[in-house]
Amino acid sequence: MTDRDIPVTEDELHAYADGELPAERRGDVERWLATHPDDAARLQSWRAIGDALHARYGNVADEPVPARLSIDRLARPPRRWIGSAIAATLAAFLIGGGAGWLARGAAITPSTFADFTGDALGAHRLYVVEVRHPVEVAGNERAHLQQWLSKRVGYEVKAPELDGTGLKLVGGRLLPGPQAPAAFLMYESASGERFTLFTSRAATDATQMRYASRNADGALFWADHGVGYVLTGPTDKDRLHQVARLVYDQTEKGGG
Amino acid sequence: MSAFRDDMEAMIPALRRYARALTREVDLADDLVQDTLVRALRSEKLFLGGDLRSWLYTILTTLNRNRRRTLARQPLMTSQVEIGADASGTEAEGRDIARALATLPDEQRAVLLLVMLEGLSYREVAEVQSVPIGTVMSRLARARAHVKAALEGQRAPLRAVK
Repeated sequence: MTDRDIPVTEDELHAYADGELPAERRGDVERWLATHPDDAARLQSWRAIGDALHARYGNVADEPVPARLSIDRLARPPRRWIGSAIAATLAAFLIGGGAGWLARGAAITPSTFADFTGDALGAHRLYVVEVRHPVEVAGNERAHLQQWLSKRVGYEVKAPELDGTGLKLVGGRLLPGPQAPAAFLMYESASGERFTLFTSRAATDATQMRYASRNADGALFWADHGVGYVLTGPTDKDRLHQVARLVYDQTEKGGG
Repeated sequence: MSAFRDDMEAMIPALRRYARALTREVDLADDLVQDTLVRALRSEKLFLGGDLRSWLYTILTTLNRNRRRTLARQPLMTSQVEIGADASGTEAEGRDIARALATLPDEQRAVLLLVMLEGLSYREVAEVQSVPIGTVMSRLARARAHVKAALEGQRAPLRAVK
């Protein structure tokens, strides 16, 4: 029995159409098709599918390749971008760490500002109304308070002396901060006016003072030596600035 | 540029053609090609010879399948972009084939396009899809039968009008 007597299978028809059939069997298939019009018609319909595919999509390969698919571009930009990002970060670090006041103009990310003032304003609002338990450790235990908070926040916390502005230390407590634990100090004037100082580790090394307010509370935010400060009190900006100045002068002397 | 990258670059037009037919959306197709190239570049060191062409088709096919799986978990959104009733001639035929492709299961569409549009051998397609050659052939047969029926079903009314 020769190959030409073996009926052509559907698989063979497909293989023939796709040039996958062994050469020695092709003649058999061609003779088969001559006597089997149904299979010949099927083969023709498959070729029509191929023609339609090429007619519809073949020219895509002739289109100019968009720039975003350039191998050069895909292979290089990430490295360039990472390199420049590192350089920028390093520059910001060097300027911030080495130049002190010069860095006060350095950009601050909006989220740092929002995170700090948001947390501080929230804490201020929550605790200034407390009459009996506004703080965890009272102001008459100043040394213990400073030691405890310093240990927990990871930098030296010195409760500033604000007597010059008529404010006495009520005490302090530990709070969660934006990125790390926060030290929260409360001050009070003879008339019952309360200020709070919220400090916590900040990703920003140093920034200018910025003002934010919420309802009846005003807040001044700044960062110095990698610590963020928010002084919150009444919305009277002059008064806030006066107190903030005093806080700032003392924390700077204290080494931050 | 390395020989590897030269070879890759030479493959981009064909990858775009395959991706376009696979997704039938221009931007989506180029996104797939871009992801494929990025993935391949990242694995450049891991590519120890072999068939770069099959490898790129494999990455693109896999990325598309992953994308479709992600989509499958979301509410179904049928693309109407290529469907219209006002065109005629070649344009209408192009739409017919696009519509027929859209109704195919993913694996069958990939086989049909890799064989008929991209000219891969059955063996290469088997590697791309990680299946035996017999599976490739049965997928191809089903895909052809399905598309043939879809095209004839769509054309029949037009012939009746003549």
